Amino acid sequence: MALIDQAEESRRRRIRNGRLADIFFRWMTWGFTALVLVMLGGVIVVLVQGAAPALKLFGFDFLITAKWNPVTDEYGALVPLVGTLATSAVAMLVGVPASFAVAFFLTELCPYKLRTPLSTAVELLAAVPSIIYGIWGLFVAAPFFQTTIEPALAAWLGPIPLIGQLFSGVPIGIGVLLAGLILGLMILPFMTAVMRDVFETVPAVLRESAYGLGATRWEVVWKVVLPYCRTGVVGAVMLGLGRALGETMAVTFVIGNAHRLPKSLFDPATTISAALANEFTEAVSDTYTSALIALGLVLFLLTFIVLAAGRRLLLRAEVAKTGGGK
Amino acid sequence: MLKSFGKLGRASFFALSALVLTTAAEASDISGAGATFPYPVYAKWAEAYKAKTGIGMNYQSIGSGGGIKQINAKTVDFGASDKPLTAAELTKGDLIQFPTVMGGVVPVVNLAGIKPGEIKLTGSVLANIYLGKITKWNAPEIAAINKGVKLPDTAIAVVHRSDGSGTTFNFTYYLNAVEPAWAAVGVNTAVEWPVGLGGKGNEGVAAMIGQTQGSIGYVEYAYALQNHLTYTDMQNKDGKFVKPSYEAFQAAAANADWAKAPGFYLILANQPGATSWPMTAATFILLHKTQDKPENGKAVLKFFNWAYADGDKLAKDLDYVPMPDNVVKLVEDSWKQVVDASGKPVY
Repeated sequence: MALIDQAEESRRRRIRNGRLADIFFRWMTWGFTALVLVMLGGVIVVLVQGAAPALKLFGFDFLITAKWNPVTDEYGALVPLVGTLATSAVAMLVGVPASFAVAFFLTELCPYKLRTPLSTAVELLAAVPSIIYGIWGLFVAAPFFQTTIEPALAAWLGPIPLIGQLFSGVPIGIGVLLAGLILGLMILPFMTAVMRDVFETVPAVLRESAYGLGATRWEVVWKVVLPYCRTGVVGAVMLGLGRALGETMAVTFVIGNAHRLPKSLFDPATTISAALANEFTEAVSDTYTSALIALGLVLFLLTFIVLAAGRRLLLRAEVAKTGGGK
Repeated sequence: MLKSFGKLGRASFFALSALVLTTAAEASDISGAGATFPYPVYAKWAEAYKAKTGIGMNYQSIGSGGGIKQINAKTVDFGASDKPLTAAELTKGDLIQFPTVMGGVVPVVNLAGIKPGEIKLTGSVLANIYLGKITKWNAPEIAAINKGVKLPDTAIAVVHRSDGSGTTFNFTYYLNAVEPAWAAVGVNTAVEWPVGLGGKGNEGVAAMIGQTQGSIGYVEYAYALQNHLTYTDMQNKDGKFVKPSYEAFQAAAANADWAKAPGFYLILANQPGATSWPMTAATFILLHKTQDKPENGKAVLKFFNWAYADGDKLAKDLDYVPMPDNVVKLVEDSWKQVVDASGKPVY
């Protein structure tokens, strides 16, 4: 009898501990989630508070003024904003097709033996610190760009009527083009890794049926694989874009830090993160500091809008897939 | 369960004691931040001082603007700036300032086949290059003062500082003194440059000049020498073209009347003298008058006392001009203003 009581007692204790563990676990997860939300709220509050003096002083014109004068304390966000958008656009134009191509190669064309080493090599690119990209860009790529690539681009593409304007100007190596290319190189591993993983989730039966019906490799990827993993690919692109918008150290080295609107891809410019990195520790007047925090707020809002647009795209894709049907 | 708790307890005890022991050893290091202009000589002084006394001096070369901001925020023991603060600013921040060394800002170029000192520039030409009015190397204004030098038909890539810089302050002060049109841009640690690329710190400008052909920039002389950059000769106030050198900086510094300058506010740009370098500048240390941590204030003053007494040769090796003895006396007298909370001088 005593033995059965002991067993009963230990069973009850296990159940009680289990319930306690459950409650503790639930509070802990709630707590960490709440902490993340509180931190996000804190960041927004600090940004708005810090930016308020500058925004009150300059008003909405802050977003469309191209001035940046620490002597007379007049500031405008247009130049850093345009620089951020321009370098991210170049990074996307270069990075998305490249990462798509690499992911395509790794899932379709690559010999099986080489798949793992090549995938690892691409992922190692992500492990390179961003400042190394910046140093490599300034010391290795910039002179090469100034002497070889930019004059060649100016010669071939300069005379073309509309886009020629983008490739004219004095080649100095560093500038929007080099910064965009380095950014593209930096976001390539992330996008490739996600795209490759997503391509591999396509059921083999779908691919094989397409091949069986006589589709070429290109048709299989473009018409079968991509539509299937549309959401994942868009997610990868959004991830890359978010990284490109906020990247600081690599861009600071090669963008040229010039507070003037770039008229061509060869011109130097500045981005919001590069401006903050260069000037924040030394902004001596209150207006200057507030203007820099306002720049940070602009970047925060920009990234938020981009991510929200990405999510909206994904939502519509989901609805189209499940609701509308094909 | 009890056993593993015991192990955890023992492990954390050892970790804590290790932490306490390591932090105790570094309590006496002094920290400073600011100008990149004197960084080479401060680094050499810190090395020698540590070898002699075992006390380290941790200096962050973040630019004069950063130095002023950090000393006002009291995150460092002393700030360093090539832009001297006015008497009003010193009173407002409860700071004293004193000069440590003088050096020269030199224009540097990257032109194929041109050696250091082969090209001459005047203040007016330099200002017009930085205003964007002179855009090519073979422009008539440059060719007129450089007869016999083969100047290429390429665009000038102008490089300036992207951060808040006392070197920029001294450079723009000089350009403002020699070229009336510069008033549109102004004089400050950061200005709205009409043309050009920005490099971070003297180091960043030196790197960009080295990497970009056809470029021109301004750096402190030690950076030009250490990075093997091509410096130019400049025309001084007396109309003579001089090479940058220790003697040229010293000639400019000889004109300085430190006794008459309140708070040692003195700018050495465009000084008279046949051999003077026109862009000479002094660099200053900023220290709080009322020290929250008197031991730190005392340690800082001891370091600079050593530097004035024994650091002259190290400064001269890097082509910085040390302060003359009569000025050192004035400076050390001014240190009596540095007091602790009760009003007693710390040094």
